Amino acid sequence: MFALVNLNVKFHLVLALGAAGIVIGALAVPALAADRPFNLGKIATAEEVAGWDIDVRPDGKGAPVGSGTASLGEEIYAERCAGCHGDFGEGIDRWPVLVGGQGSLQTHDPVKTVGSYWPYASTIYDYIYRAMPFGEAQSLSHDETYSVVAYLLNMNDVIDEDFTLSNENIGAVKMPNRDGFFLPDPRPDGQPKGGPCMKNCQVSTKIIGRARNIDVTPEGQ
Amino acid sequence: MDKQDEKYSISRRQILGGAAATLGGIATAPLATAAESNPANLPPNVSEWTPYLGAGVDANPYGVPSEHESHVIRRNVEWLTASTESSVNFTPLQDLDGIVTPNGLCFERHHGGVPEVIPADYRLMINGLVDRELIFTLDDLKRFPQTNRFHFLECAANGGMEWRGAQLNGCQYTFGMVHNVQYSGVKLSDICREAGVKPSAKWVLAEGGDSAGMNRSVPIEKILDDCMIAYSMNGEALRPEQGYPARLVVPGWEGNMWVKWIRRLEFGDQPYMAREETSKYTDLLPNGKARMFTWVMDAKSVVTSPCPEKPMIAKGQNLLKGLAWSGRGKITRVDVSLDGGVNWQTAELHGPVLSKSLTRFTLPFVWNGEEMMVQSRAMDETGYVQPTIDALQKERGVNSIYHNNAIATWLVKSNGEVENVRLG
Repeated sequence: MFALVNLNVKFHLVLALGAAGIVIGALAVPALAADRPFNLGKIATAEEVAGWDIDVRPDGKGAPVGSGTASLGEEIYAERCAGCHGDFGEGIDRWPVLVGGQGSLQTHDPVKTVGSYWPYASTIYDYIYRAMPFGEAQSLSHDETYSVVAYLLNMNDVIDEDFTLSNENIGAVKMPNRDGFFLPDPRPDGQPKGGPCMKNCQVSTKIIGRARNIDVTPEGQ
Repeated sequence: MDKQDEKYSISRRQILGGAAATLGGIATAPLATAAESNPANLPPNVSEWTPYLGAGVDANPYGVPSEHESHVIRRNVEWLTASTESSVNFTPLQDLDGIVTPNGLCFERHHGGVPEVIPADYRLMINGLVDRELIFTLDDLKRFPQTNRFHFLECAANGGMEWRGAQLNGCQYTFGMVHNVQYSGVKLSDICREAGVKPSAKWVLAEGGDSAGMNRSVPIEKILDDCMIAYSMNGEALRPEQGYPARLVVPGWEGNMWVKWIRRLEFGDQPYMAREETSKYTDLLPNGKARMFTWVMDAKSVVTSPCPEKPMIAKGQNLLKGLAWSGRGKITRVDVSLDGGVNWQTAELHGPVLSKSLTRFTLPFVWNGEEMMVQSRAMDETGYVQPTIDALQKERGVNSIYHNNAIATWLVKSNGEVENVRLG
């Protein structure tokens, strides 16, 4: 894979030299054409990119100008979010629980919420703005989104009620489970010592559970 | 209640809350499931469909399966999710042969429903750390050099309900979040050359145009290695539920990254830490810490017949069938055990055996009505061996949800019924 990356870099070097060779008497257009192997697509304008580039990164890059507070967010949340997530972020039916769960990750029944699990505040903004409310994507203003994020952070005891969350400081909010994840992927794991056994393998063949007894399978036929 | 069952309080509560009418197993009436024949259609009589003209051409301008195959459909588990727009259904692996999944049977996973993308208005935007920020139409994409490849797509949560024990009594529900089709499309390395990726670009955010705005970070090495933007599957345009008109293909890696209805690729120098790669698709361990960026789908296999939906219907000569796949390359061997993992024999692999693709295996066997505990174990070209559930639980506990590629056990009873069971 790294060989491909290097090839790509080399490719650009070659093209740069090639473009330099035709500078005399030529304008930018043919040089650009030479730099694009297929000449497909059109150059995106800044306005076009701005309309679609909605992601926000952990360091705050991409956060749109705006601000909000938990106090302002409470009303928006009640109107736009509580129908599924509950008045206190407890989650209605199977909709996600947003509040609580701290201290549960090591238990038999972990509760993964914004407060107990999510490592970055930027992700809350990014996700709410792009996907929430469910079925009304990108309908909240930036200020409204900051306020809802602030309200969720406040309900999870991450920030105070009067803290003004904005594009200036969202990258600096420290989430409780910020250090709860690790890299890199340690797999492969669970491998049999000495390779796969073929004959008289020492395994238990006692049946300790049956799906039929659990009885949650849809009939479906 | 046995050791396994007592862990299911959540599932039981959910089922009682909503779907009580669906309780019950699938495979009943074994050794009697073969459909009853009408002697009037059998030799020496002339079958009823023989003397008369049948339907002409264009009776179905787009052909559909025989009405007798109406049971071969995707199915979901209602209690798993809050709404069908953010949910999953399952491929009926038990009814398929070969390695190609028919387009209409490929499992679905949506986070905001299926958007109705108008092809003339479709655009793919390239922005961020590139020499040229570009916008492509669908026609532009189809003018690029084309690549055609078979790949499996597996949801990282396939088998996720089985971590604590045998829970769903079916091959479809426990292994069906996988499908395998031939993709046609554009190599992302070509698109990268067209945009001129800057050396500082290390990550690509792929973003969908659906109501969930699905977004995932993919490392640039993978993008340049074998990722593609696909516009066709199995020879025809992508189905709407599979990303029409264009989706990301990330061979061998978890399905969540294969962004459908893809509208944008942003090149950056850091991962974006989207919701799906932080709060979801991270693997929680018993110590409370979670593995992150666990992208590869490790080698896995399943016996698709017999299985809970495909009971044994006759003694004597029989055919065991199954599928194996690995996100690390080609499948090199599949072993089958009929006695719960004590003794194994190597099954026959059927070509084509392709990298990061489903691979078919079969094993002819004679059944005399004895009880069997059927398992399969896949190996890939990296030497990886499909693990037991015990081995995985030892490393990861039971709360990691994703990446359960453990060996499953089908209990074949002497009456031919088949059940999903857990040994231990």
